[in-house]
Amino acid sequence: MNAIEFDNCSVIFGGRPDRSLDLADEGLDRAAIEEATGQVMGVHDATLEVAEGEIVVLMGLSGSGKSTLLRAVNGLNPVARGDVRVRMGDQMISVPAASRDMLHRLRLNHVSMVFQQFGLLPWRSVADNVGLGMELAGIAKAQRRSRVAAQLATVGLEGWADRQVQELSGGMQQRVGLARAFATEAPILLMDEPFSALDPLIRTRLQDELMELQRQTRRSILFVSHDLDEAFKLGNRIALMEGGRIVQTGTARQIIADPVSDYVADFVAHMNPLDVLTAGDLSARGAGGRAGAGPQAEEAPLSADTPLRQVLAALAEREALPVQGGGVVRRADVLRRLTGR
Amino acid sequence: MERLTELVTGHKIPVGQGAEWVFDWLTAYAGALFNALAAGMQAMIDAILFVLTAPHPFAVIAAFMALAYALQRRVLISAGIGLGFLFILNQGYWHETMQSLTLVLAACVVCMGLGVPIGIALAHRPRLYAWVRPLLDLMQTLPTFVYLIPAIVFFGIGMVPGLIATVIFVLPAPIRLTQLGIASTPAALREAAVAFGATPRQLLWKVEMPSALPQIMTGLNQTIMLSLSMVVIAALVGASGLGVPVVRALNSVNTALGFESGLVIVVVAIMLDRLLRFRRTS
Ligand SMILES: Nc1ncnc2c1ncn2[C@@H]1O[C@H](COP(=O)(O)OP(=O)(O)O)[C@@H](O)[C@H]1O
Ligand SMILES: [Mg+2]
Repeated sequence: MNAIEFDNCSVIFGGRPDRSLDLADEGLDRAAIEEATGQVMGVHDATLEVAEGEIVVLMGLSGSGKSTLLRAVNGLNPVARGDVRVRMGDQMISVPAASRDMLHRLRLNHVSMVFQQFGLLPWRSVADNVGLGMELAGIAKAQRRSRVAAQLATVGLEGWADRQVQELSGGMQQRVGLARAFATEAPILLMDEPFSALDPLIRTRLQDELMELQRQTRRSILFVSHDLDEAFKLGNRIALMEGGRIVQTGTARQIIADPVSDYVADFVAHMNPLDVLTAGDLSARGAGGRAGAGPQAEEAPLSADTPLRQVLAALAEREALPVQGGGVVRRADVLRRLTGR
Repeated sequence: MERLTELVTGHKIPVGQGAEWVFDWLTAYAGALFNALAAGMQAMIDAILFVLTAPHPFAVIAAFMALAYALQRRVLISAGIGLGFLFILNQGYWHETMQSLTLVLAACVVCMGLGVPIGIALAHRPRLYAWVRPLLDLMQTLPTFVYLIPAIVFFGIGMVPGLIATVIFVLPAPIRLTQLGIASTPAALREAAVAFGATPRQLLWKVEMPSALPQIMTGLNQTIMLSLSMVVIAALVGASGLGVPVVRALNSVNTALGFESGLVIVVVAIMLDRLLRFRRTS
């Protein structure tokens, strides 16, 4: 079951979009469209699903339309054409077609959000920030307090409830942001570069904490990042965007093993493949395959999902190794692959 | 050349007559409205004046000192305000000071009561604000004496026309500052609240107003200071208070009286400023 579905979704900023859409259909890029119509093509023709419990990462250079697409999910950006559907209980609701009341309920209870610059209200205490969603939903103060306390505990901020948010470090502020988003118990979470503003060390720690929270609560998460390692670490699947269009969708391995364009290849070139590629990826393309000077049959085959790091360790001893389900990984092929074919 | 001059000066555009015609029309057809307005304001002024003058001066001083401590949490400010009032009492201007404070307070109530909602409305309508701005400029730059005339025409002589003239002069300040505060609410905060399901009303009360609070408080402070600066002008249309001795001193070239009453006004200004200084708790 899907939590979010984008269906040929286009977002155009600035006035009636008809002509811009036509030009975008013809394949013009953002600059050309802006020159012709004065409108900004934020996203064009994006199709993507986020399954329940899945983390999908939107990735791409700055300005590629990641935030724009993300913000269409809770109606912060208008959709010019196509559809965005969001799961509310056991039905899928079209966001562009939703009534004001429906959109209101969707934001209160079904979709919550974490922001790059935290978006905390600086005049409020930590607890009052975490309770914002519940407060807006009209939940009584007493009930709020207990849920806020529980939520603060899950992000390791017990004892900070009555501090002002300005007293907190960036990492702690974003923990407040996470707690605020989780506190509404919305099953869908939108995260717009939530860790980009943090130091690398804190960033890694918060990524781990998010993965832990995700293990416990199984949200459906659409996550924006321009950091490849973050995307590959968190994302079950990745959608790569370029100039407002989704150019490739797939798992990290699929994208690294088979980039559709030079843009994607460049993007993943700087990725550390050791924990992403597996024996299966390397053998499938391994020249020669089963035939030729194959390894001795008595050698135990590697399982297809052995990470590259372990494959390399094994290849230190031998020239080539068989892979379960057929195929061979050769040292020479792997080395050639790693150095950019 | 002569023909050209003739063309320009021959027919005077009737600006003054036009204004007069509008005033006449308003007095003729909106007289009841002005009377009701005047009655309402007179009632408010009477009530405030009663509260300030009925108790013994020492009781009023104590009340102001307590208020100062409650607002500022600083003994020094509270003590300073006490000393200021004692000085006024000593100089023999207690009653005039209370009358002027009445005018200032009444102007505050009207200006904040109108200015804040108007400022909010304008902040949400940038196009309308672009149109209203020249009007606000006009209200502040038109020499105050000019709108004393219609104030007298519509409301006669006394505290009420003084209050009206004060309000016209002061009102742009809280409008502008409220507009500025609301309009400069960080978009990120607005967006976060909307993403969590804030209605427009919740957005106003939970995000925009708290965010604009420093500017709105500055607006209040300015309202008070500007109202106080109108005390002398209000005296010209018959409003009682600290302006009266100033005007009398001016007419009789009485240096001692002028300096005395002027100093009292300054003391009042300083006290009010300290009383209402806004510091965001950090
Ligand atoms: N509200 C808006 N009005 C006009 N243009 C916008 C707006 N929001 C985003 N854009 C434009 O849309 C494009 C995509 O922006 P964005 O989605 O923020 O990119 P990313 O998040 O990938 O960096 C950019 O060219 C940006 O200038
Ligand atoms: Mg962005």
